[in-house]
Amino acid sequence: MSSAVTAANEHDHDHHGPAKGLKRWLYATNHKDIGTMYLVFSGLMFFTGGFMALIIRSELFTPGLQFVAPNFFNQMTTMHALIMVFGAVMPAFVGLANWMIPMMIGAPDMALPRMNNWSFWILPVAFSMLLATLFMPGGAPAGGWTMYPPLVLQTGDAFPFLIFSVHLMGLSSIMGAINVIVTIINMRTPDMTLLKMPMFVWTWLITAYLLIAVMPVLAGAVTMLLTDQFFGTSFFLAAGGGDPVMFQHIFWFFGHPEVYIMILPAFGVVSEIIPTFARKPLFGHDSMVYAASSIAFLSFIVWAHHMFTVGMPLTGQLFFMFATMLIAVPTGVKVFNWTATMWKGAMTFETPMLFSLAFLFLFTIGGFSGLMLAVVSSDIQYHDSYFVVAHFHYVLVPGSIFAIMAAVYYWLPKWTGHMYNEKLGQVHFWLSTIFVNVTFFPMHFLGLAGMPRRIPDYSTQFTDFNSIASIGAIGFGLSQLLFVYVVIQCVRKQGAKASSEVWEHPKGLEWTVPSPAPYHTFNDPPKVAAEVAFS
Amino acid sequence: MIRRTCLSVAGLIVAGSAKADWALNMPRGVTELSVQTYDLHMQVFYWCVAIGAVVFGAMIWSLIRHRKSLGAEPAKFSHSMAAEVIWTTIPIIILLLMAIPAAETLVKLEDGRKPDMTVVVTGYQWRWHYAYQGEDVAFYSSLARTSADARRKNSGIDPFTVENYLLDVDRRLVVPKGAKVRILLTSNDVLHAWWVPDLAVKKDAIPGFINETFFRAEQSGVYRGQCAELCGMDHGYMPIVVEVLEQDEYQAWLDGQKSAEAKVATAK
Amino acid sequence: MSQTADHYYVPHESHWPIVGSIGLLLLMVGFSSWLNGSAPGFWIMMSGVAVVVFMLFGWFSNVISESVGGLYNGQVDMSFRMGMFWFIFSEVMFFSAFFGALYYARNMSVPWLGGSSNNFFTNLLLWSGFENVWPTNGPGNVGGEFIKMGPFGLPLVNTALLLSSSVTVTIAHHALIENRRGLLKFFLAATFILGFIFVFLQAEEYVEAYQHMNLKLTTGIYGSTFFMLTGFHGMHVTIGAIMLLIVWLRVMKGHFTPNSHFAFEATAWYWHFVDVVWLGLYVFVYWL
Ligand code: HEA
Ligand code: HEA
Ligand code: CUA
Ligand SMILES: [Cu+2]
Repeated sequence: MSSAVTAANEHDHDHHGPAKGLKRWLYATNHKDIGTMYLVFSGLMFFTGGFMALIIRSELFTPGLQFVAPNFFNQMTTMHALIMVFGAVMPAFVGLANWMIPMMIGAPDMALPRMNNWSFWILPVAFSMLLATLFMPGGAPAGGWTMYPPLVLQTGDAFPFLIFSVHLMGLSSIMGAINVIVTIINMRTPDMTLLKMPMFVWTWLITAYLLIAVMPVLAGAVTMLLTDQFFGTSFFLAAGGGDPVMFQHIFWFFGHPEVYIMILPAFGVVSEIIPTFARKPLFGHDSMVYAASSIAFLSFIVWAHHMFTVGMPLTGQLFFMFATMLIAVPTGVKVFNWTATMWKGAMTFETPMLFSLAFLFLFTIGGFSGLMLAVVSSDIQYHDSYFVVAHFHYVLVPGSIFAIMAAVYYWLPKWTGHMYNEKLGQVHFWLSTIFVNVTFFPMHFLGLAGMPRRIPDYSTQFTDFNSIASIGAIGFGLSQLLFVYVVIQCVRKQGAKASSEVWEHPKGLEWTVPSPAPYHTFNDPPKVAAEVAFS
Repeated sequence: MIRRTCLSVAGLIVAGSAKADWALNMPRGVTELSVQTYDLHMQVFYWCVAIGAVVFGAMIWSLIRHRKSLGAEPAKFSHSMAAEVIWTTIPIIILLLMAIPAAETLVKLEDGRKPDMTVVVTGYQWRWHYAYQGEDVAFYSSLARTSADARRKNSGIDPFTVENYLLDVDRRLVVPKGAKVRILLTSNDVLHAWWVPDLAVKKDAIPGFINETFFRAEQSGVYRGQCAELCGMDHGYMPIVVEVLEQDEYQAWLDGQKSAEAKVATAK
Repeated sequence: MSQTADHYYVPHESHWPIVGSIGLLLLMVGFSSWLNGSAPGFWIMMSGVAVVVFMLFGWFSNVISESVGGLYNGQVDMSFRMGMFWFIFSEVMFFSAFFGALYYARNMSVPWLGGSSNNFFTNLLLWSGFENVWPTNGPGNVGGEFIKMGPFGLPLVNTALLLSSSVTVTIAHHALIENRRGLLKFFLAATFILGFIFVFLQAEEYVEAYQHMNLKLTTGIYGSTFFMLTGFHGMHVTIGAIMLLIVWLRVMKGHFTPNSHFAFEATAWYWHFVDVVWLGLYVFVYWL
């Protein structure tokens, strides 16, 4: 960090740079350091989970068992999902929140910096426990990431490790979310009113609320699994008056809001990026806020759309179908507003914008398949087939993951003070976008043709699309190595120096501080000048 | 790398047409309800295509026309109440149009009254058990020998040489054409799900509970499906085969089963 | 703490979180291996507990000395308040998972096993003769015949205890605001003593249930929901009472001023939360 840029924003008595060596990371209280750790951790987990996906895809390349035993295949499916959801996507967004929220609202740091450190350092503990199960008698959990009983109760020694690692992930998320809410509500620079907040901050506020509301419910659900297994309770045992399906209700009461936890911050990211590269303010800022809030509200009353085949009474099925379909309305508002933002803009297509555009198209496709899934009678055909796998990878990979990549490209110059290699960035974009479709689009056909999910081997008529998907997956995976290369190159300051604005007159307080952002920003609350305001 | 991938994809397409079909869509199936489900699926799909055409069209238009490199000057507008109201209302109307037929089909799917016969289906790790109610006929149905041999790792048997690989069983569920067959589903251990796409039936088998579903096959033939709820190691290996016979053939089959069972009983 | 700090206090490095993480690692790994039948697991778990407790002491004493040292301004105070509020909200949601299970059992699974709604055949073919009554240990009579825990007797006494402890803590709060230290000390002490009595009586009740009523954690769904709900609640009362005790010790040391006593308030909120949960328990678990 060059001393010329720091002086402007630093108060004398706080002239305090990072500590040296390992201590800087272990004892960190600085939101930027913690944000960096979250992002690095998330990257590691993405590659771990992705590696497992490649094992899945290799086995599914042709019919017959080639590489793994069926039980190990199920372990891979389960671990892949848990790692991607809790280890890659969620920590990535928390990392972005850590880096950007204080800078976007003009706060000196997160509100509760020590707790912030703890939220992060619980994650390595949780994931060491989870990954250690791979080496235990009976292997890793193999009952699916949804952990349905009674099957999950057949897990070997891994079982308590699974439960407690989920507890720890929950603990970390809850503390992280509390920090985000308190920071946003309590730490804004005085003239940033709620409705002046950038969309990324808004969507994270709503996300944090969802997190605090549902992570404890997940903790409760897995606690019941634990007591059913070890202490003789009967929550999920019909003979005792319980019901295995009860777990599914509690799990999805968490699980559905969880999927919006993984997409709302992504909405926030593209809402920052599109205006910058369309050179036009975000269309309908306030209605975007209301739409995100409605999505959050609706997410609490649609959970049973994951369980249309469990034999719910008719009225229940109808209710959950209608409620689920309704979510298309606020989501549509968002899609239309983004389109209106681009309309009559003056667009350029740097890498962050490219990823955001791909997000727009491909997330919408995933949303459409979601809507199809919401229709009960057809969902009875789609359920637990590859059509569902196609749906959620469309919303998660070119949805959440692309948004995270867009965010990294967008803010990386702010973090490092240097531009990334634009050409390589665009190559990375095109490879990713092509391969992601090659991987996941054929899965729609497989599902419709009747291929169930979570199987290590399949009937021969499913061969071709599976092979294509597997090739796509390898291509997509390899393309991500390019991403790592671009990021490392940028972090090692091999690109051109970035100005404080980085892009052409982007809005937002983060662009008023130098690049790289000094270790401490906004020790004194800044003014929100007209040219950085949002509505 | 790209070239290699393209080549192998091309190779696949050529080889593919030889070894398998390229089913893109859901089967229409052989029951009245499966056809209705199919139609509903297509209807919702076409709505999505239409909406997609409009939304993606608008996006692509502005991507092409409103580029800076074409000298576009950014407009200043940033909100419009009228626009927000329009694009909230129109989707609601479209959703209502979808919801009505969806609800109608669902009501029919749930109407299991007046069945002609009942089969109790029990899921086991990893096979199915069928019991014809009131008929004294009951048996297990497991993965066929041919598939079971070929599926082992390094079995040396090419799956492509096995007929109906993984979709064949030793004993089929046999039902008469045109009869409303009620399926009572339960499980002996973990969750399973009984899925036959052509009959538009998928229902979970839950230990300790009994789920009801039904179908009325309008065409004779053999219909194949699989367990559709993760049930452990061999979840991929518990197929379902339903054989629909003409009424008289079915009666003959049933009598054959009964005398076979009687023989077994006397032999003991 | 005085309001001298004009900047939001951002602590520099702290080693407590990482100590906490190590503690959690030991605790969870130990517990897991203990559950898997490995005896040393227990001791690993206990060492984890010790590390976590040590961490809590260290961490809070840091916070206390910073607070007493005047490093916190009103905005920091507000962060703590909001943090506590959302923490309690998360606890509420944790309990709602278990209340949800109770609701589901009583209104869905047990009636279904008894043949209601679309489960006519469930009852006919699998559990014929089973009727939908509450409390129940299910059609399998899991855990054997048992006696229901009624709403009178100990639970009623406990309700009275907790309700009055809510009153005493409020009196203590007012005493603190009016700077009447004697009154404060007395009523705060009364509060945690009531709390500990509650825990003691609850333990009595459990002993009674296990020894004379054959009501156990393993008594079907009734035993499961009863003990899990009251058990987690009892755990929270214990924690709350310990928090009150610590706050009381701090009062004895002369901490807290009439207009700055976040720790006191946070503990009081927590106590009220525990109280409200109890009312829910009393109504839905013991009474209805
Ligand atoms: C980021 C994650 C994410 C997101 C955003 C979504 C979004 C949606 N999902 Fe998805 N879903 C998952 C992740 C996600 N889902 C996962 C992980 C699973 C599987 C879990 C498992 O079983 O392992 C799943 C499964 C799943 C199911 C269960 C399928 C089954 O198992 O049988 C259903 C059923 O209703 C569903 C529906 C929807 C709907 C209606 C939306 C809606 O929010 C989509 C709304 C968006 C649009 C509709 C597009 C844009 C809108 C317009 C352009 C406006 C106009 C449109 C119309 C009027 C149609 N999802
Ligand atoms: C955010 C969540 C997320 C993400 C990002 C992904 C990413 C991917 N997922 Fe996954 N997935 C889930 C969430 C996610 N998934 C969930 C919730 C399930 C359901 C689980 C269940 O049923 O319980 C699931 C299930 C699932 C299945 C179904 C398994 C089954 O039903 O049996 C498949 C199959 O193809 C799959 C594939 C992939 C692939 C190819 C990617 C790719 O995008 C991954 C790309 C990344 C890499 C490939 C890593 C990068 C590169 C390297 C490791 C370098 C080395 C590379 C080489 C040497 C080639 N996923
Ligand atoms: Cu049986 Cu899957
Ligand atoms: Cu959902």
